[in-house]
Amino acid sequence: MDITIIKPILPEIVMAALACVVLILELFIHKKETIGVFAILAVAAVSYVIPQSFGSAFNGMFISDGYSVFFKFIFFINLILAVLISIRYLKIERSEFGEYYSLMMFATLGMMIMASATDLIVLYLGLELMALSTYILAGFIRHDRRSNEAALKYFFLGAFSSAILLYGITMIYALTGTTNILAIASQLQGKMTTQLILAIVFLVVAFGFKIALAPFHMWTPDVYEGAPTSITAFMSVGPKAAAFAALGRVFTTGLIDFAPDWRGILIALSILTMAVGNILAIQQSNIKRMLAYSSIAHAGYAVIGVIAGGAEGLSAMMNYLFIYAFMNIGAFAVVIMLRVEGVKGEELEHYRGLAKTHPLAAVLMLIFMFSLTGIPPTGGFIGKFYLFKAAVGAGYAWLAVVAVVFSVISAYFYLRVVMYMYMHEPEGEPAALATSTPLGLALLITTIMVIVLGVYPSPFLAFARLAIG
Amino acid sequence: MQYYLLIPFLPLAAFVINITLGKKIIRKQAHWPSTLAVLGSLVVAVMVLMDVLAGKTLNEDLYTWIISDKFQVSVGFLLDQLTAVMLIVVTSVSFLVHVYSIGYMHDDPGYYRFYAYLSLFTFSMLMLVMANNFLQLYFGWEAVGLCSYLLIGFWYEKKSASDAGKKAFIVNRFGDFGFGLGVIMIFLTFGTLHYIPVFGDAGKFLNESVNILGLEVNLITLIALLLFCGAVGKSAQIPLHVWLPDAMEGPTPVSALIHAATMVTAGVFMVARCNPIFSLSPTAMGVVAVVGGVTALFAATIALVQNDIKRVVAYSTISQLGYMFLACGVGAYAAGIFHLYTHAYFKALLFLCAGSVMHAMGGELDMQKMGGLKKYMPVTYWTMLIASLSISGIPGLAGFFSKDEILFRAYAAGGVGKFAWLLGTVAALLTAFYSFRLIFLTFHGEFRGTEEQRHHLHESPKVMTIPLLILCVGAIASGWVGIPPLLGGGEHFSEFLAPVVGHPHGEATHAEEWMTMGISVAVALAGIIVAVVFYLKNPSIPVNLAKRFQFAYRVLWNKYYVDELYDLIIVRPTLFVAKNIIVGFTDGAIIEGIVNGLPRMVNRIGAQVRKVQNGLLQHYGAIMALGLFLILAILMIKYSG
Amino acid sequence: MVPLHWYLWLGSLVFCIGMFGFLTRRNVIIMFLSIELMLNGVNISLVALSHYMQDLRGQVLTLFVIAVAAAEAAIGLAIVIALFRNKPTTHLDEIKEMKG
Repeated sequence: MDITIIKPILPEIVMAALACVVLILELFIHKKETIGVFAILAVAAVSYVIPQSFGSAFNGMFISDGYSVFFKFIFFINLILAVLISIRYLKIERSEFGEYYSLMMFATLGMMIMASATDLIVLYLGLELMALSTYILAGFIRHDRRSNEAALKYFFLGAFSSAILLYGITMIYALTGTTNILAIASQLQGKMTTQLILAIVFLVVAFGFKIALAPFHMWTPDVYEGAPTSITAFMSVGPKAAAFAALGRVFTTGLIDFAPDWRGILIALSILTMAVGNILAIQQSNIKRMLAYSSIAHAGYAVIGVIAGGAEGLSAMMNYLFIYAFMNIGAFAVVIMLRVEGVKGEELEHYRGLAKTHPLAAVLMLIFMFSLTGIPPTGGFIGKFYLFKAAVGAGYAWLAVVAVVFSVISAYFYLRVVMYMYMHEPEGEPAALATSTPLGLALLITTIMVIVLGVYPSPFLAFARLAIG
Repeated sequence: MQYYLLIPFLPLAAFVINITLGKKIIRKQAHWPSTLAVLGSLVVAVMVLMDVLAGKTLNEDLYTWIISDKFQVSVGFLLDQLTAVMLIVVTSVSFLVHVYSIGYMHDDPGYYRFYAYLSLFTFSMLMLVMANNFLQLYFGWEAVGLCSYLLIGFWYEKKSASDAGKKAFIVNRFGDFGFGLGVIMIFLTFGTLHYIPVFGDAGKFLNESVNILGLEVNLITLIALLLFCGAVGKSAQIPLHVWLPDAMEGPTPVSALIHAATMVTAGVFMVARCNPIFSLSPTAMGVVAVVGGVTALFAATIALVQNDIKRVVAYSTISQLGYMFLACGVGAYAAGIFHLYTHAYFKALLFLCAGSVMHAMGGELDMQKMGGLKKYMPVTYWTMLIASLSISGIPGLAGFFSKDEILFRAYAAGGVGKFAWLLGTVAALLTAFYSFRLIFLTFHGEFRGTEEQRHHLHESPKVMTIPLLILCVGAIASGWVGIPPLLGGGEHFSEFLAPVVGHPHGEATHAEEWMTMGISVAVALAGIIVAVVFYLKNPSIPVNLAKRFQFAYRVLWNKYYVDELYDLIIVRPTLFVAKNIIVGFTDGAIIEGIVNGLPRMVNRIGAQVRKVQNGLLQHYGAIMALGLFLILAILMIKYSG
Repeated sequence: MVPLHWYLWLGSLVFCIGMFGFLTRRNVIIMFLSIELMLNGVNISLVALSHYMQDLRGQVLTLFVIAVAAAEAAIGLAIVIALFRNKPTTHLDEIKEMKG
C-alpha cells in the first residue's frame, strides 16, 4: 500500500484518531483538565504533520494547500484558546465532562475537512461533522434551560440550512454531473440557467447561515447567549472561519464565472448584515448577546474580502479572521472571568467600575474593545484597513465607505463597555473574578497577539499572502 | 550601528515598567527604572555621536507598519550630525532632570506616575528627533504634546494646573493643524514622506504654485509656512506663545526638561531639519526671521516686570527660542542649533535653580517675597549666577558664543537680517537686565518673606545640587565647541553640522564682526549694570519708573494683554456662538438633530428591528426562507426579463 | 420510461413540502419529520440523477445523507429530551426565553 496517497489527509486522520483517544481517556481520567491538556497536545501533534501534508488526494476530492493550511491554523488557535478558557468555567457551570474536549476536537476536524474539501460531498461531510458537534456543545450545560434552548434552536435551523445546502449541491450535480469544485467551472462553461440560479442562491443561504449573514443570522444571538460562554467563543470563530473557507473556495473557483451575480447578492447581504449586527448590538444589555451581534457585524465586514475577490481580497479576509480569532476570544475570556459561582456576570451592569475593582481585567477588556472597534494600534485596525483597502482596490470604494460608517456606529456599543468600566463607580460589593492559570494564559496570548498584530503585522500579512499563492 | 535602537526603547521600557508595576510594587523606587534607562540612552547617544564624528551616518527603515501603494507608514531612523546633537541634548538634560526629581518630587503621591510620564516623554522626544520621515516626526510631535499636557496637569487636583494643561493642548492644536496640513501637502507633492527623497526633490517644485481662494501661492512657500505653523505652536512663538508661561503650573523639573531644553525646541529642530525646503523660499525665511526676532524682543520686554520667578524664566525661554528662529530665518541653521544646544544647559540650569529656590521657600514663586537667599543656599546662588551670566552673553561662557554667532550671522545676511539683528541686540540688553533683576531680587538684599519661611530656608539636598553643578559646567563650557575663528577657535560646531544644514550665506568683514561682538558684549554689560543700579544700589528707581511710566508698566505687567485679547476675539465669540447660536438657533434642529437625533434614530430603528428577533424558532426559519425566496425572485426576474 | 425531470419535480415537491412543514408546524417531532422529508426530497433527486447520468456520485452522496440524517436524528432527540427534562413541553411557542 502506498502511504503517500493519504498524506494530504494525514492531519485530519491524526486529529480523528486523537479525538477518539481523548474520548476513551475520559473513562480513566478523573481530573478533567488533564483531558484539556491532551486536546492541546493533540493540536501540537496535528500541527507537526501539517508541513508534510501538502498535496491533493482521492482524485482531487481533498487538497492540502496554503489556503486550507492557513485556515487550519485559525482552527487550531481557536481550539487551544477555547480549551484554555473552558477549564475553570466548566467547573463553575458544574458541567465537567470529558466528552466536551473530544467534541471540540471533532468539530475542529470537521472544520479542517471543510477547509480542505475540493468536492462538495467532502464539504458536506465536514460541515455536518462540525455542525453536529457544535449542536451538542451548545447544549452542554444540560441543567440550564437557556443552554437547552440554544441547542434546540441551533439544531433545527442548522438542519434546515444543511438541507438547503444539499439541495444546492444537487442542483449543481444535475447541471454538471460532477461534485468536484474545480471541475464545476469547466462543466458549466459560464452558461446561466434556472437550476444554476437555484444552486447559487441555495449555497449562499447555506453558507450565509453558518457565517451568520443577515437575514440568515437569526439563530446567532439566541444561540450565542444560551450556549456555554466558552463554546460561544469557540463557535464565533471556528465554524465561521470554516464556512468562510468553503465560501471562498466554492465561489471564487467553482462559480467564478458567475461572480457578478453572487457578488451582487453578497454585497446586499453584507450591508444588511453590518446594519443589523451593529444597530441591534446597541440595544443589548447582555454582553454575550452584544458580542453575538458584534460577531454578526464582523461577518459582514469579512465578507467584503470575498466580494473584492482576487488574492488581495481573499488574503484580507483570511487576515481578518485570523485577527478576529484573537480579539473575539480575548473578549469572551474576560466575560468568562466575570462568571463566578452564583453570578452570571453577563450583564453590562456587572462591568460598572471594573477599572476600580479589577484594573487589569478592565485594561484587557479595553484593548479587546478597541480592537473590535478597529482603533489603531490594535490588530482590529489592521484587519479592517486591509479589508477596506481590498474593497477600494476592487472598485467597491462605496462599500468600504459604508463599512467605515458602520464601524463608527459600532464604536458606540464597544466603547460603552469601556465607559461602564472606567467612568462609572462600582456599585454594591465589588465583582469577584474567576481567574485561573489557563485562563490567564489565554488572555496573555490574545492580548499579546492583538497588540503584535496591530504594531507589527507584516509577517502575518505576508503569511496570508503566501497562502493564497 | 544597530545598538542605536536602545536610545528610544530603553525609556519606553522604563515607562511600561513604571506604569504597570509602579503603583503597587515599585512605588518610592520608581526613579530607578526611568533614571537608569535614560542613563543608558545617554551612553548610547554618546556612542552614536562618536560614530557620527567618525563619519558614519545611517538612514534605515526599521519596519513598515502599513503599506498602501505609495503611502507607507514606517518607523525609521535617521542618524546624522543634527540627530546626534539633539540626542546628546535630550538624553543629557533628561538624565539630570531625572536625578534632580528624585529630590524634588520625593514626597509626591504620584511619584511613579511622574517618572512614567517622564520616560514616556523622553521616548517620544527621541522618536521625534530620530525620525527619518514626516509621519514619525508628526507622531513624536503629538506624543510630546500629549506628555506635556499630562505633566503640566500633573497636579490635576489644582484647577489652575489642569486649566494650563488644557490651554497648552488647545493652543498647540492651532499650530499642529497647520503642521498636519503641511505633512499632507508634502505627501501630495512628493508622493512620499521620507526625508531624503523629499529634500532631494524639493528643488523640482520650486516654480510650482497652487491656487488658494484665487490667490496664487508658491507651493514650496506654502509647505514651509504650514510646517512653520507647527513650529510656532510648539516653540511658543508669537502669536501662539500664550501657553508656555501658564505651563509653569507643572512641576519645575518638567519645566526645565520639556518647556526649556527639549520639547519647545522641537520647532527649531524641525525647521533646521527641513532646511532644504525652507531655504528654497525667501518668503518663508523672511517670516521665520521676523517672527523669531520680534518674539525675542517682545518676550524679553514682558520678562522685565514679572515677579513670578518661573514666569520670568519662561518668558526668557520664549525670547531665546526667538533667537533660534531668527538664526534659522537668516539661513544660519547651524547657529540656531548651536544656541539650542547651549541654551538647553543654561536654561535647564535656571529652571532647576528656580526649583531649588521654590523648594527652600515652600513653593513660593513671588520674587518680591524673597531676597538674601545667597547665604542660605550658596550652591544654588552660584550656579544660577553663572547661568545668568551665560544667558546674558558674557564672553567665555556658552551663551556668549552661540548668541554672538546668531547676531553676527543675522547682521551678515543683510536685508531682513539687519532688522533682525537690531531686534536681537535690543533683546540682548533686556535679557541681561531681567536675568540679573531675578538674581538680585532673589538672592541679594534682605529677606522679605515670612518668619516661618525664613526658618525653613535651607540648601537643597545633594541629589538636587549635583545636577545643578553638572549643568553649570554645561552652561560654561558647552559653547567652547563653537568658538569663532576671530577668537582663535575653529567653528567646529557649524563645520560638524554643515553636511546637514549647509553653510550660512552672507559675507561680512572682520571689522564688522568685531563690531557686532563688541556691541553685544557692551549691551550685556550695560544690562547688568543697570540691574545693579536699580536693584542693589538704589531700589527706589524701579518703583519710581513704574509710577512714572504707569501705562507702559501696566501693559508689560499684563503681557501686552494678549491673553485678554484672545479671550475677547477667540474664546468669547466661540463660547457666544456655541451658547447662543448653536444651542439657541439650532436647538433640536441641526446639531442636536445630528448629535442626538442620529443615535436616537438608530436606537428607534433598533428597537423596532429587535421585535423581529422574538425568540420563536418558526419566525427565524420563516425569515430565512423569506430571504431565500426574495433573492431567488430577484435573480429569476433579472434573467427571465 | 419515466423522464428524469419527473423525478426532479417529485424531489423538489417533497423538499418543498418538508420546508413548508418545518415552517408551519410547532411540534418538535413533526418538525423533525419535515426535515427528514426535505432530505428525502434531495435523495430522490440525487438517485434519479445518478441513475440517468450513469454516475455513482449521486448515490454515494445519498448514502452519506442517510447516515448523517441518522446521526442528526440521534442528536436532535437527545437535545429535545434534555430540554424536556427542564421544561416539559414539545411545543415550540413556549421555548422563547431568549429573544431581542
